[in-house]
This record gives sequence, structure tokens and C-alpha cells, in this order.
Amino acid sequence: MTEKNFNSDSEIIKPVHTSKVGGSPFKGVAGWIDNRLPILRIFKYEYLDFQVPKSLNYFWSLGGILMVCLIFLIITGVTLGMHYKPSSSEAFNSVEKIMRDVNFGWLIRYAHMNLASFFFIAVYLHIFRGLYYGSYKEPRQLMWLLGIIIFFMMMATAFLGYTLPWGQMSYWGATVITNLFSAIPVVGKFIVTWLWGDYAVGDSTLNRFYVLHWLIAFGIVGIVVFHVIALHIVGSNNPSGIEPVDTRDTVSFAPYTTSKDLFAMLVFLLIFVLFMMYIPNYLGHPDNYIPANPLVTPAHIVPEWYFLPYYAILRSIPNKLLGVIAMVSSIAMLGLLPWLDLSKVRSSVFRPIWKQFIFLFVLDFFLLMYLGKMPPEGVYVILSRIGLAYWFMFFLIITPLVSIMETPLQMPNSIHEYEDWKKKGKIKTLKIF
Amino acid sequence: MSNKNNNSPEKKNRRDFITVATGALAAVGVGAAIWPIINQMNPDSSVKALASIEVDLSSIKEGQETVVLWRGKPVFIRRRTNEQILEAQKVDLKDLKDPEPDSKRVKKAEWLVLIGVCTHLGCVPTFGKGEYGGWFCPCHGSVYDVSGRIRKGPAPLNLEVPNYEFVSDTKIKIG
Ligand code: HEM
Ligand code: FES
Repeated sequence: MTEKNFNSDSEIIKPVHTSKVGGSPFKGVAGWIDNRLPILRIFKYEYLDFQVPKSLNYFWSLGGILMVCLIFLIITGVTLGMHYKPSSSEAFNSVEKIMRDVNFGWLIRYAHMNLASFFFIAVYLHIFRGLYYGSYKEPRQLMWLLGIIIFFMMMATAFLGYTLPWGQMSYWGATVITNLFSAIPVVGKFIVTWLWGDYAVGDSTLNRFYVLHWLIAFGIVGIVVFHVIALHIVGSNNPSGIEPVDTRDTVSFAPYTTSKDLFAMLVFLLIFVLFMMYIPNYLGHPDNYIPANPLVTPAHIVPEWYFLPYYAILRSIPNKLLGVIAMVSSIAMLGLLPWLDLSKVRSSVFRPIWKQFIFLFVLDFFLLMYLGKMPPEGVYVILSRIGLAYWFMFFLIITPLVSIMETPLQMPNSIHEYEDWKKKGKIKTLKIF
Repeated sequence: MSNKNNNSPEKKNRRDFITVATGALAAVGVGAAIWPIINQMNPDSSVKALASIEVDLSSIKEGQETVVLWRGKPVFIRRRTNEQILEAQKVDLKDLKDPEPDSKRVKKAEWLVLIGVCTHLGCVPTFGKGEYGGWFCPCHGSVYDVSGRIRKGPAPLNLEVPNYEFVSDTKIKIG
């Protein structure tokens, strides 16, 4: 209880602001609306006049590209949902009907399927950008964490979506992944039965997976909104890793960034469309065109390409629980990065040693991706263990150690000086960017 | 603490009690509201009702196997040959990851009844592959012997034996 005595003369009277109408930079109808619902001014301040560092390269177009992917996934997903039937007896045939009978159904399904893959291509490049240019450091830690949450949700959504066509890969992928929870001591078995709604993956499982598939997809939209709000508070990082100070360091978002991003999006979409039209099943598995059969597991079950590195990690450990822990923590490691990297210098452009370990890390990622596709025997298992060892060493040992021991290169004082140095050849970066 | 009327120590204790009681009741209320939402996902009684099936064994020849679906899972019913039975019985329990004598895993040595679900992550193992004369799981390479015991690979446990009984010499009831 406060000790304020409300009856005394010393009561302080303060004005209240329950109505904030006013202050719009717009006139007429736009101003009238904006004074009551300030979305137009938010758009103006945050997207037209917004200042961004002038040194941004094409890696900074990936955020917009991801947004486009998400929007198209939702549009194609909702339209697929108008024809898809989430029951174990009808799902497979309804997808075949979409492919053969529904007007443009083939196009919509191929778009949805391949967009999921391109979404992951973009998100991996986006994460690489953050890693290379130190975008996870003060003050952007929360953005980085929100990003990792989005990444986990993307994986959940893609996994759930992949079960929907109810082919052999759908069924056995669902079985193996849900069984990961059975590794949890004591309660694991009950959790798995609870997830299934049955004693095996079946009709109830498919029905709820359908609901969760689009529910989590819409959840991603929610977290993306937070991600973007946070971005507009802390501002964009840039290849120099130096914060902008005045207008010599920045350009306004429109038209400079918007036109550059638009160009990048169109190139991305062009590649996507070529891919979807000419090799729509390249990244899929033929087994998924065989209806689900609970009695037979296909000889080679392999997850989608974007899960392969973690799958290799899972299989490299001959113990069930430890395998699952290693797999989940390999991704969660990313979340610790802001606290493991103690270097004040953001950009790898000025960190010659760490830069090399990042490239090794990227190689490790592709090595594990390759191993995830290979059978779990002989030399592949040994290589997976080496890959796994580097993965964890990179985060837990190399990152903190290098960040303490390394002497960064001499740095310019500002972004415009950075651009100057680049022109004079004092800083080496890839020319296309 | 200056105001004697409202903040005497005794009144404070009573307030604390009210706070705790309100909190406890709120927790119970929230729990009671959430439980149906969580429990709706568990198998319902119609799923549980399908829990037992009868299988006729008379058509299975020695060395052959039949697979039936029980609770959405494959059940292997294998009529073992004499060599297979001997092989399963002579295994030293010290060599096993999940030690269990063959005699504990069968009702009649000839008939081996197993849930055909790999104890690693749930794939269906295939018979006749792998170096122990039993099953091999294609997913991550677990190997089971002719008693369905785990011998190699990431799976932690033997293939599960379901509850079953012989209702006659040639008929079993699973579940
Ligand atoms: C983050 C966004 C999303 C991702 C990454 C995603 C991913 C996927 C994937 C990988 C598949 C399997 C494609 C195949 O092999 O056939 C799929 C199927 C499906 N998705 Fe999505 N999805 C997303 C959003 C949505 C939304 C918002 C809906 C709306 C209801 C939706 C509805 C469907 C339907 C009905 C199918 C089954 C038809 C089919 O298999 O083609 N998806 N999704
Ligand atoms: S599911 Fe059988 S070895 Fe993994």
C-alpha cells in the first residue's frame, strides 16, 4: 500500500490523454484517417523517409524476399486448402485431384511445394548474412533471437506440411519425427501418443497436423511483425558493421532501397519460376507419390534437403536420447551466439581470422547436408562425427576464443569513410556486392 | 505502516491468506479449463475400443511370417524353425543391450509375436537382413536377432512383445 493521503491538499492534479487525435503529416481524407488510425504516418516514417546505411549490399534484400515468399506461401496454401481433405482415406487422392483436375491446381501445388524450399534457401542466406556481418551483436540480440524462433517455426510448418499429401515419405517422416519425443525420459511415450491421438500415426494425426500447419504458418506472420518492429528500433546493420551517424552515411528507404530490393526479388522469383516450371519435383522424393502404407517403410527415408544437416547430426550418435539432444541443440547454438562472440567488431570484413572459421562452418554445413543423404554406415558415420565436432567447437570454443585473441584490422570511422576506402581498394570485398 | 487502522500486523496476515487463496483458486480454475483442451488430443474411447484382434495361425508355415495391423501398428507373427529357436536360446545375455532370455519373449517357442516397430524412431524393420538372422531397420540401421532383441544400432530396446494369448492351438488374441 502506498502512503499517499488522497484527502490532503498536496494532491497532484495531472492532465490525462485519452484522446490523441492529431499530428498527421497528411491532409484531407488521408489525414482524417491517419489522425484516427496512424497507419499512414507509420508507413511514411518507417518505409518512405526511413534512413538506411548506404553501404547495404544484396544480402540485405533477403528480408524482403522472405516476406514475399511468406505471402505467396499463404496465398497458395489457402487456395490449396480449398481442395485438400485432411483425412487418411482422402488426403492422397485429394492431392492427386489437385494435380490433375482442379483448374491450375498443379501450378498452385508446385508453387507451394517449391516456395517452401526457396523460403529455406533465402532464410539460410539471411542467417549467413547475420553471421558474417555480426548482425546478432548489441543492440540486435533480440532480433536475432526472434529470427531463430521464426526459423524453428518454419521447420515445424514445413515438416507438418510435408505430412499432408499422405504419401510414403509423409507417413514415415511423420513417424520418425514425432518419435523424437519418445527419447524424453519417463513422459516421452505419453507425449507421442498424445501427439498422434492414436497408437500410431493415423487419421487423427493428419487432421491435427493440417490445423497446426497453417496455424504455425500464421504464427510466423506474427513473429515476423515483431522482428520488423524491432528492426525499425535498432536499425539495419551493414557490411561495415559501423553505425550510421549522419546523412552522409545513409540513403532513404524509398526509392533507393525499394528499387534495389525489387530488382533482387525479381531475380529471385525468376529463378524460382524456372525451377518450378522445369524441375518441380527435383527437391522432392518419388516415394511420396506412393500412398502411405503403415506396414512398409521405404528402403531409404530421407528428410527434405533443408533438414539434412541436422538429420546427419542425429544419426552420427548411436544413442537415442543423446542423438536427439545433439540435433536440437545444434540449431539452438545459434541463439547463444550474441553471448559467445565477445568481439566488439561486428563485420567479418575486419576480422580476418574469424572470417575463415565462418567459411569452414559453411563448408561443415554442406558436408553434413551431404552426409544426411548418405546411408548411416562406415566412413559416412565417421565424417558425420567430424562434422558434428566442428559444429559445436565452432560455437562453444572457436567463437569466444577468437573473439578475445584476434586483432581486428584497422577500421574506418564512419560508413562514408568505409565507402571511400572501398573505392581506393583499401578494403577488399566481393565486387558483385 | 503509519496508518493503524489498515495495516496492523494481524490484518496483513489475513490479507496474505486472501492473496494465496485467490491465487490457488485461480490456478485450479485455469488448470480445469486447460485440461480438456489438452486431453482432447489423446486417443478417444473409440480408438481404445479397437484394442484387441484375433488372428488365425493355421495358414502360417514353418519359417514364415504374417503381418497384421493392430492399433495402427504392424504386428509380426513368425513361426520359427528349430534352428532359429536354438539360435535365439543359446545367445549369452551378456552380449545383449537389453538383456532378456528368449523364453521370456514367447509363449510357445515356435511362435514369436512382436510389434513390428523399431524402438528407435518407429520404422518397420525388414526380416532377413542384418547379421543376426533377424530384422534390420532401414531408417538408421538398427539390427535385431531372431528373438527380436536389439543387437546393434541406435535403438535402445528390444522389439516389444504385445499382450496376447492363445485362445486355441491355432488362434491368438492380441491386446
Ligand atoms: C510458412 C509457410 C508455409 C510453409 C513453409 C509450408 C510448407 C508446405 C509444404 C512443404 C507442403 C508439402 C508440399 C508437398 O510435398 O506436397 C505443404 C502442403 C500444404 N500446405 Fe503449406 N506451407 C506454409 C503455409 C501454408 C498455409 C498458410 C496454408 C493454409 C491453409 C497451407 C496449406 C497447405 C496444404 C492444404 C497443403 C497440402 C497440399 C499439398 O501437399 O500440396 N500452407 N506446405
Ligand atoms: S527407426 Fe529404426 S533405426 Fe531408427
